[in-house]
Amino acid sequence: MTMAKTGEAGLVKAGGIFRRQIFIPIAALLALILFNLITDPSFFAINYSLNSAGDPVLSGYLITILDNASELAILAIGMTLVTAASGGQDISVGAAIAISGSVVLRVLCGDNPRPDEMQASILTAFLISCVVSMLFGAFNGALVAYFNIQPMIATLILYTAGRSIAAWINNNRLPIISDPSFGYFGSFLPGIPIPTPIFIAIICMIIIALVLKFTTLGLYTQAVGINPNSAKLNGINPSFIKFITYVIMGLCVAVAGFIKVTRFSTINYSVVALDIEMDAILAVALGGNALSGGKFSMASSILGAYVIQFLTTTLFKFNVSSSALPAYKAVVVIILVVLSAPTVREKLGKLWKNLQHARLGKEAA
Amino acid sequence: MKKVLLSLLVLILSVSAVFAQGAAEASGADNGLIRVGIINNDPNESGYRTANDADLKRVFNEENGYDASFYYSLRNDEQIAAAQLFIQDGVDYLLLSAAGTAGWDSVLQDAYDAGIYVILFDRTVDADPSLYVAEVVSDTNLQGQTAVDWLASQNLDEYNIIHIQGVMGSSAQIGRTTALDEMVANNDNWNLVTQQTAEWNAETAQQITQAVIDSGEPFNVIYAENDDMARGAVAALDRANISHGVGGDVIIMGFDCNKWALEELLAGRWNYDGQANPFQADTIDGIIRNLENSIDPESKTIYLVEQGFDATTITQEDVDKYGI
Repeated sequence: MTMAKTGEAGLVKAGGIFRRQIFIPIAALLALILFNLITDPSFFAINYSLNSAGDPVLSGYLITILDNASELAILAIGMTLVTAASGGQDISVGAAIAISGSVVLRVLCGDNPRPDEMQASILTAFLISCVVSMLFGAFNGALVAYFNIQPMIATLILYTAGRSIAAWINNNRLPIISDPSFGYFGSFLPGIPIPTPIFIAIICMIIIALVLKFTTLGLYTQAVGINPNSAKLNGINPSFIKFITYVIMGLCVAVAGFIKVTRFSTINYSVVALDIEMDAILAVALGGNALSGGKFSMASSILGAYVIQFLTTTLFKFNVSSSALPAYKAVVVIILVVLSAPTVREKLGKLWKNLQHARLGKEAA
Repeated sequence: MKKVLLSLLVLILSVSAVFAQGAAEASGADNGLIRVGIINNDPNESGYRTANDADLKRVFNEENGYDASFYYSLRNDEQIAAAQLFIQDGVDYLLLSAAGTAGWDSVLQDAYDAGIYVILFDRTVDADPSLYVAEVVSDTNLQGQTAVDWLASQNLDEYNIIHIQGVMGSSAQIGRTTALDEMVANNDNWNLVTQQTAEWNAETAQQITQAVIDSGEPFNVIYAENDDMARGAVAALDRANISHGVGGDVIIMGFDCNKWALEELLAGRWNYDGQANPFQADTIDGIIRNLENSIDPESKTIYLVEQGFDATTITQEDVDKYGI
């Protein structure tokens, strides 16, 4: 009897994981892993070899996923905060990445679009692009926080104009940087076999984890998202919190933009990071976060970003015909989003509990 | 607060409308210049468009006897509104690169009724051909055929091709895909290892190529439908230390003839680049000169001469002349 009781308590806890937010992205990830494991276990093989420059590199689908999801994971951080605080999404991140990438190249190239050597240090260029990006973030944030414009409408401005601004920054030319050291950040540092974007993403995650742990940003953001008026009564300035989340988004955009331009040492204003805002929003949604704001789970969003890239790479691997690709993606997304709906998770949790009760009942008998 | 914002918005809209109108209106002085209204897509769209716009500006200016007004938009409805303004304004010629193919019938009819010659360039529209005097366009099917013929002339024992497509449904994608598809269907030693769209995006092309490399399937040709995507594919090859270009294991093919891409050819890192000719202005100029002397163009559809460049024969002059 006592055994059954403790067992029951444990199982109730197990049923609780269905209600935990991180359940959805983890379940999705496990499903994808299982699917690949069954169809072709070599999916998980990792090879060690030399690249054409003679440096050691790791390769394989898993490395590709971790590498290519970096930008999305970084953007998911900013998008989660923006969503939580303002109850809306920033749809300008793709265009803003074009701008920040363009700024990096402009600083490094000066007036010559094909410089033999860089005109400034990479760090300088990156810091300047951070400042520019945060200014654009501040612009979005000001419209949302102080003019009370809906986030999607406010960021629509930059969404529309961003790529033209990016082209204008470089006088409509397409700069190319030939110095290989610039490309290290988008591929591999010499001697280190793990792609650099993975490190950059990890650094961003550590920073945001520290910020959320040691500052009140997370608490205040959720308070404002849940009820700005009561937050105000408790001495929080809701406008400022909303504003600051957009500035942080700007910083995330700058980092993601930097990775994007270093991948190919050049930029294409019209297609760089095209539609990435949709994937970033999807990452937040997959993480089980309410798109209407309030409580959030940063880890779930970031995991959501990796799920999206895992799915993309899986579809590439299975050579899904190009015209059918969006349809497959849509089906998977529908399933995931339905699963992440609170009512469905509640039902799943109950179902799990009932099953266990039935099993326990049998055992007891 | 909301009212203030609303009125501010209305003010901004009306001001921008006035400016847009101003931009679309040509200066009306009759000084013997031929008046042309040029409607194009946004020059920021791509390197192709930038070169196209620069070429039009080089020809259609006062020095060459033209009073030209330019209007840019990637949106069909805005382009149609601009065309109506040009017609009201009484230009002599209307040059048009339409953002979309549909919806042009009535405005072209208006131009026809007003005695304005319409010349389409770069892109065609779904309208009765009698409504325009000529269209100066690229033959994307021929671009694809030229590239595939070149590839066939390499006489490989087996063709295992990674085919990276552009945005599905675009005329460049259809033309460049069709020729390759036919060749693969008709020859047993031509295989598509993969055929996927990277939507003109270098990074997606890199991921597609990476997926093939990771799968371990053999391939010896990368057929990318533009230069950016070829660049992305090459990045994946470099990462895996697979040799490419002249004398390499993998043949690299791209399109559009960006200057940097032709330099890759010159350096022997790529093998082939097909041209998408953005230089239509001289041809249009010739048509207008003839029309001024009452000579109709020989045919309604005029295809631009477009060639493919081979890494083994390309010269620095080619790079300077044809690079965009």
